[in-house]
Amino acid sequence: MTILEARDVHLSFGRTPALRGADLRLAEGEILAVMGPSGSGKSTLLHCLAGILVPDSGEVHFEGQRIDRLGETGRSALRRDRFGFVFQFGQLVPELSAEENVALPLLLSGVRRSKATAEARVWLDRLGLDGLAGRTSGELSGGQAQRVALARGLVARPRVLFADEPTGALDSLTGEQVMDLLVGSAREAGTAVVLVTHEPRVAAYADREVVVRDGRVLALTAEPVA
Amino acid sequence: MTVPLTLLGLLEREPSHGYDLKRDYDAFFGRDKPLSFGQVYSTLSRLARDGKVVISDPEAGAGPDRKRYVITDSGATEVDAWLTEPVAPEPHLQTVLFAKVTLSLLLGRPAEHYLDTQRAAHMQRMRELTTVKRSGNLVDSLLADHAMFHIEADLRWIDLTAARLDALAREVRQ
Repeated sequence: MTILEARDVHLSFGRTPALRGADLRLAEGEILAVMGPSGSGKSTLLHCLAGILVPDSGEVHFEGQRIDRLGETGRSALRRDRFGFVFQFGQLVPELSAEENVALPLLLSGVRRSKATAEARVWLDRLGLDGLAGRTSGELSGGQAQRVALARGLVARPRVLFADEPTGALDSLTGEQVMDLLVGSAREAGTAVVLVTHEPRVAAYADREVVVRDGRVLALTAEPVA
Repeated sequence: MTVPLTLLGLLEREPSHGYDLKRDYDAFFGRDKPLSFGQVYSTLSRLARDGKVVISDPEAGAGPDRKRYVITDSGATEVDAWLTEPVAPEPHLQTVLFAKVTLSLLLGRPAEHYLDTQRAAHMQRMRELTTVKRSGNLVDSLLADHAMFHIEADLRWIDLTAARLDALAREVRQ
């Protein structure tokens, strides 16, 4: 069953078109790699799917709802409650500990601090970060920080996790460990993943891949049967 | 051919029977293509003829397949030389991929479509190997890594070629 869909999405930055009729469907629980050369529009597509950017034209549907028609407040709530994010450079809040970073999405959703902290601990343990809960991002290695970011992305049990070059700043072995955890955790939680990457080794963790070329999406492998 | 040298290398650990050699070879090196017993014994015979191995006295009460093979100094020297010499990098200048793209361009056929199809096939193999890596042991992982890096090199070539198809088409049609 389709959970997220882009239909004929167009978006330009000034006079430069980034997306020129992008179509994409993500099935429930599916892990989809979005590949393509630099500047092809893959990150822009992710931002439109995640409600960060609003397309100039076209439609974005999440669980049957047109999210491109939502205002900033509605899209913000969606991002907070239904989506999770992992970016290339962890982007942890530097003043907060690992545990506080992971608990943040739950706190923002109104979960009590004690419950949010307990849940953050569960995720830190699950991702092999027990013992590092009190450290700030400056006291973590790149791989550890990215695992904290992954825990933060999954702690609120999102329906879709958006990962934009999640291993781009890591060496090969650490990147593999992060991808193993990302895929394993997402599968366990039933979370669908949109994985933007230009690395075939990372994309190979996905169920299938699409290629973004000149602002359009090229699906080379069959979509899962609905 | 690496089979004789690999068997010699296995014998350098300790003298072995043909059966044990085949088992070890298949476990480490013959995942996709296990050796037949015939190949093992014919190789060992050739190695014995060339003085690389000798056959020790059969064990008392042993059956017909209980010959123990022992590496000689000459055999050990050959293994040592093989393991320290680099393999010549293969140029791969005329690959099938290259031929298909060039011919497509010469014939005015859709080379881009071929490259996309090839990319999908390569990615499918990458996914299979990733599954092997995630479920197998370290030896499986090492083998899968080797294959994946080669596929990745092809994928880079495919992407670069796809980005330059127009220019390539002009050049080959001149």
